[in-house]
Amino acid sequence: MSQTADHYYVPHESHWPIVGSIGLLLLMVGFSSWLNGSAPGFWIMMSGVAVVVFMLFGWFSNVISESVGGLYNGQVDMSFRMGMFWFIFSEVMFFSAFFGALYYARNMSVPWLGGSSNNFFTNLLLWSGFENVWPTNGPGNVGGEFIKMGPFGLPLVNTALLLSSSVTVTIAHHALIENRRGLLKFFLAATFILGFIFVFLQAEEYVEAYQHMNLKLTTGIYGSTFFMLTGFHGMHVTIGAIMLLIVWLRVMKGHFTPNSHFAFEATAWYWHFVDVVWLGLYVFVYWL
Amino acid sequence: MSSAVTAANEHDHDHHGPAKGLKRWLYATNHKDIGTMYLVFSGLMFFTGGFMALIIRSELFTPGLQFVAPNFFNQMTTMHALIMVFGAVMPAFVGLANWMIPMMIGAPDMALPRMNNWSFWILPVAFSMLLATLFMPGGAPAGGWTMYPPLVLQTGDAFPFLIFSVHLMGLSSIMGAINVIVTIINMRTPDMTLLKMPMFVWTWLITAYLLIAVMPVLAGAVTMLLTDQFFGTSFFLAAGGGDPVMFQHIFWFFGHPEVYIMILPAFGVVSEIIPTFARKPLFGHDSMVYAASSIAFLSFIVWAHHMFTVGMPLTGQLFFMFATMLIAVPTGVKVFNWTATMWKGAMTFETPMLFSLAFLFLFTIGGFSGLMLAVVSSDIQYHDSYFVVAHFHYVLVPGSIFAIMAAVYYWLPKWTGHMYNEKLGQVHFWLSTIFVNVTFFPMHFLGLAGMPRRIPDYSTQFTDFNSIASIGAIGFGLSQLLFVYVVIQCVRKQGAKASSEVWEHPKGLEWTVPSPAPYHTFNDPPKVAAEVAFS
Repeated sequence: MSQTADHYYVPHESHWPIVGSIGLLLLMVGFSSWLNGSAPGFWIMMSGVAVVVFMLFGWFSNVISESVGGLYNGQVDMSFRMGMFWFIFSEVMFFSAFFGALYYARNMSVPWLGGSSNNFFTNLLLWSGFENVWPTNGPGNVGGEFIKMGPFGLPLVNTALLLSSSVTVTIAHHALIENRRGLLKFFLAATFILGFIFVFLQAEEYVEAYQHMNLKLTTGIYGSTFFMLTGFHGMHVTIGAIMLLIVWLRVMKGHFTPNSHFAFEATAWYWHFVDVVWLGLYVFVYWL
Repeated sequence: MSSAVTAANEHDHDHHGPAKGLKRWLYATNHKDIGTMYLVFSGLMFFTGGFMALIIRSELFTPGLQFVAPNFFNQMTTMHALIMVFGAVMPAFVGLANWMIPMMIGAPDMALPRMNNWSFWILPVAFSMLLATLFMPGGAPAGGWTMYPPLVLQTGDAFPFLIFSVHLMGLSSIMGAINVIVTIINMRTPDMTLLKMPMFVWTWLITAYLLIAVMPVLAGAVTMLLTDQFFGTSFFLAAGGGDPVMFQHIFWFFGHPEVYIMILPAFGVVSEIIPTFARKPLFGHDSMVYAASSIAFLSFIVWAHHMFTVGMPLTGQLFFMFATMLIAVPTGVKVFNWTATMWKGAMTFETPMLFSLAFLFLFTIGGFSGLMLAVVSSDIQYHDSYFVVAHFHYVLVPGSIFAIMAAVYYWLPKWTGHMYNEKLGQVHFWLSTIFVNVTFFPMHFLGLAGMPRRIPDYSTQFTDFNSIASIGAIGFGLSQLLFVYVVIQCVRKQGAKASSEVWEHPKGLEWTVPSPAPYHTFNDPPKVAAEVAFS
């Protein structure tokens, strides 16, 4: 049981959710038609993206003005915190589906195709000569010969970047609690700059993979797991860095006090979450 | 502080009634309004999916092809399942959660009312997309609701619409579940400790946890389908080192907890109703909590019992067999507790109680056939037969859906302020219970005799039982029109006025407020008096 207010707070009606639903409708229908080969689908999808961004902007500014206006009590704050926690938990489960696919491919499907367990004849008759090695693009050599993405070089630099950004965001948090605004502004800016550099380097890595290593999304199970895992992670880093940027802009406007800064903390939690996912990626996708 | 915010502030403290017209529903933040929308939406989907079931049963009335082409038949089985699971049963329970959880724990509303609105309004988007596929080139998805590759990859233009509608349903469920958890943990009146919570609240807390844990996994699985289809990945392609069976593992890691998502709130409903009409407190309240938690835990480690015939190693089969059978233990605890609650009780048999009793008997039949299916060696015979169809319809129709109907009869007087027509309610109960057994019981025999599921035609020796099942299905479908009539009559306030207690001294905070419950139930945290408290 958390802090209980004397009175409950219930927010008034809002038109943002329904705007969001219309945005999602346009986005999903547009994307589907585009995938089915209809060119206007792309523009319907983009208009959906625009509506969703507009909704997020409007909804959050509503909440921010209510919060700055002092409408919320400790109970509302706790609801937001718990909501963010469970949202991050759902994201963890989303990533675990893809980590699960990686585990399955490396420990089951590829060894089985190579004839392990009771699959001797599968290997002999269907995929004769295929051996259990990782990374692989499968017995069909899907996507052609490729070079493995090693753990050193850019990925190591990226690990260092993300880990230091976790440190900077923590310094910024302490600065906020101690009300040292200058320090806060500097280290928060450092955090999202490190985040954007990470995204930039990740893009460089993809260009390198596509142009020089023939490592593509279509490179069998290795390419699939590599790009889907790092791609979804990169997407999350991008979103997290944008969140940090917005929090920084709010800091510049004088928002947040030493004991009321939920948006800052939620963003920091999210940032640590993408950091932890990266460590998993670094170990299981790049290194081992 | 801007003047707009000041105005909003005053607006909030002025506890007025609902807004007028369409805005009340589009912009709704009130848990009762949103709960009503969920329930109405679920009812619409129930009849849409039910109509598809009747097409299936009409085609199967006699052998040979009568009404529909095989591909359309497959579209009907696929869509019937998707609509009933994600459109009818799950939203109905979320609707009940919305209506009842804040009232049962002494909260003013759900913790995150605007997100609550969004959770609901994503559903019509998702189901418009799904239903629109019926009119697309290649028709609706026809590869079964489990979407196994490579078959599902042969879907026509409907394919991306199927994937994204599943994404949206997941998004809606996750947000709804986050709201439920946060409401239960953070909005309870300080008097109500965790173990004093009503069982319906407890089972929903566990259900919401399951939802947040597994809906993202389903999203991941269908995302892999999408990229395999359109972006050249090899997740489910053996030539690339992937495996179609991998989809089944990921899908059922979601799919098995999903079946408990559809039954745990039903357990909660029945645990509310049986004590009221037995006029005794629930036997073993705390053990019910532990049993539900154990079921939730076990639900994560039994998924491969859906795929005993894919060729998994023997050790895998044995593990999943024993883990599955273990679930019978906590489920048995629940069934015995309900029975013990009624022992020497002063029982009366109003409609909600009748439906709960039917739930108790018929769900248990479904549980027993589940145990039979859990045995690897015999499952190889039952797999993909009508025995499986009989099993999961027994747990879903007289299980989940009977519990939903029991809940509606039980709480409808609280919602509308008027009693429903008891005589018609009981007629509805008897028609439903008789026809549900006429429909689904013969399917056990069909399956044991070897009739496969998901086919539009069959050998002539299966005719009799199929005809009986079809007659039952049509009878069951028509009986539900009576349900709609009873509900509408009650909503239009044609019954007697209901008191705030409605029944004879039921427990729980929801019975301490007037019927109909005020638009904003509690402005301040209420005290939990001893006579309404649980344990």
